[in-house]
Amino acid sequence: MIKGNFIDNLPKVYGIYTGGFLAFIVIMAISEQMGMTAKAIGIAFVAFTVAIYAIIGYLSRTAQADAYYVAGRQVPTVFNGMATAADWMSGASFVAMAGGIYFKGYGYMALLVGWTGGYVLVASLLAPYLRKFGCYTVPDFIGTRYGGNLSRFLAVVVLTVASFTYVTAQINATGTIASVALDIPFQYAVYVGLVSILLCSMLGGMRGVTWTQVAQYIVLIIAYLLPVFWISNKMGAGFFPHFMLADEVARIADLEAQFGLGTVTNSAADLATVPKGLAGITKAHSAVNATPWAFISLALAMMMGTASLPHVMMRYFTTPSVKAARKSVGWSLFFIFLLYSSAPMLATLSKLSLIDPNLATGIIGKSISEVQAIDWYQNWNQANLMFVSDFNGNGTLELNEFFMGGKAVVLATPEIAGLPYVISGLVAAGGMAAAMSTADGLILAIANALSHDLYYKIIDPKAETAKRLVVARVLLVVIGFAGATIAAMEIQGILGSVIWAFDFAMSGLFFPLVLGVWWKRANREGAIAGMALGLASGMGYLIWVRNGGSGFLGITQLTFGIFGSAVSLVSMVVVSLMTSEPDAATQKMVDEVRVPAGKSILGKH
Amino acid sequence: MSKQAQHWEKTRGLLIVTLAIWFVFSIGIFLFGAEMESVGGPFGYPLTYWFTCQGSLGIFVILIFWFANRQEKIDEEFGFSEKGDD
Repeated sequence: MIKGNFIDNLPKVYGIYTGGFLAFIVIMAISEQMGMTAKAIGIAFVAFTVAIYAIIGYLSRTAQADAYYVAGRQVPTVFNGMATAADWMSGASFVAMAGGIYFKGYGYMALLVGWTGGYVLVASLLAPYLRKFGCYTVPDFIGTRYGGNLSRFLAVVVLTVASFTYVTAQINATGTIASVALDIPFQYAVYVGLVSILLCSMLGGMRGVTWTQVAQYIVLIIAYLLPVFWISNKMGAGFFPHFMLADEVARIADLEAQFGLGTVTNSAADLATVPKGLAGITKAHSAVNATPWAFISLALAMMMGTASLPHVMMRYFTTPSVKAARKSVGWSLFFIFLLYSSAPMLATLSKLSLIDPNLATGIIGKSISEVQAIDWYQNWNQANLMFVSDFNGNGTLELNEFFMGGKAVVLATPEIAGLPYVISGLVAAGGMAAAMSTADGLILAIANALSHDLYYKIIDPKAETAKRLVVARVLLVVIGFAGATIAAMEIQGILGSVIWAFDFAMSGLFFPLVLGVWWKRANREGAIAGMALGLASGMGYLIWVRNGGSGFLGITQLTFGIFGSAVSLVSMVVVSLMTSEPDAATQKMVDEVRVPAGKSILGKH
Repeated sequence: MSKQAQHWEKTRGLLIVTLAIWFVFSIGIFLFGAEMESVGGPFGYPLTYWFTCQGSLGIFVILIFWFANRQEKIDEEFGFSEKGDD
């Protein structure tokens, strides 16, 4: 089934897979009715899906460099779109995004705009041209376009800094979900997550990751959309929530006013009793609560970061043609849109079901002791994701006396709304799929850059294919373990480090990549200056602000890439113009990159 | 002007139009977030809220497909399109 004309059979194969997965959900729902415990359902969901990914990873094993690095360049547009969407939507998107919207409202939604708008830059400025180039990795493009080992090496450095920052957060997320679903300590769960991740990528490289990411997308989108639609229907909010929640959004605004949001505040002493990591509702749900520049700078940083992150860019190296690469970006964003446009709806439903006194699930206005006796409150309080306290001593729960962890919006809402536990198991499997698929893409991006660009191109250009692939796989395992070890130390939050990764990538890579295609005059010296000074200044700004620096122009530790990339642009242009223009061969190469037809610059495709 | 230079000029023109539309819906409208707030948007949502939840996101999806089709037409016009299907 997997050999021969596998590509032609893709719709059938994944159709059967989707049907099988839906059947599995039904079987679990029936088992729940027959008395299967919640814990057993959680284990079954995670174990079943991870086993399928591992089988796909095994069936995709390969000994060819082309298949290992770029999946043989034959992934059809729509399927590459799904794989990119899974590659892109991380544990943060799946578990934390709805929570961020729930607590921070408008100011947070800059991330939604930024993480989608970036794809316009990918499609128009970069992806088709890098596909025409025919490179295996992003540093491969930098190294060939600008020439010289130093430029290639610097690209590897930027890629590694950005991707590694990102990957520890993803391994952390797989560990969190595995530890909850399998009921084992986090320190061990991290390694369970890691082994699952490596099973998908080690044997098949990019080919294995591609076909598991498609499978993971199907799981994660079902796991995200099913509860949103179900809750909306159960609440009577509308059968298609995206078009029908206007009344609910308006109702939340009314309740905010009624409960005195923003006027009733807690004393510092009261807040000190709230467990770490939990937050109360302090910002308006739908009203504008951020300055234009705060919103725009965050969106802009995320958009330019999107266009610089190597694990996304390399997905477009796997399409059969340049025009397929362009279309594939559109499909990627469509599949991402399905989830991102649902996150605000989930946040709305979740918030309303908790705070509306007219709903059976609403807890605001009930007595504290009544809330503390609710089953789901006790479960999530125990998991350290929910907390109530009677600060004003009136015995009734007020809006400012209710605290929740960001993750709880996705993880706990099905239970609060009274959905069967099978949905919670499904959500755990979806979160696992989201975190695993992103971690796989990132680890592969780092390992491929180190094995192809550092080892093969710089250290040992005569190495045979078999040896190169052994090196690539060893690096994959080493990087995975390094990431897991850091993740096990739990030094950083999931969302913060994800945003930093975007800023690092845009500081060092955005302009060297874009100008490599769009400005023929850009040369090696300019690119080296752009990458080195861009990354150094971005990192310097971050360290300065983290250590109490005041910053300038409203650039924060979440948007330091704006400063880094500005330095990168200026230094690249100035240094390029001060040094001699690229030689004729390089200029001819740029001309060829700009035309879709004909052979690629590096390969035979 | 050579065929290749003409092709690139048209490609660059399309890029500028694409980026202009992108700029409006990713940055431009959010300069006026507070002003748009009291305006009613599609499906009854406040307009600013709708743009951040669905509007801008959906426009980006359509914009990329539109861009891909236009670029393909430009490539075909100059005979630079790839043979075979995707």
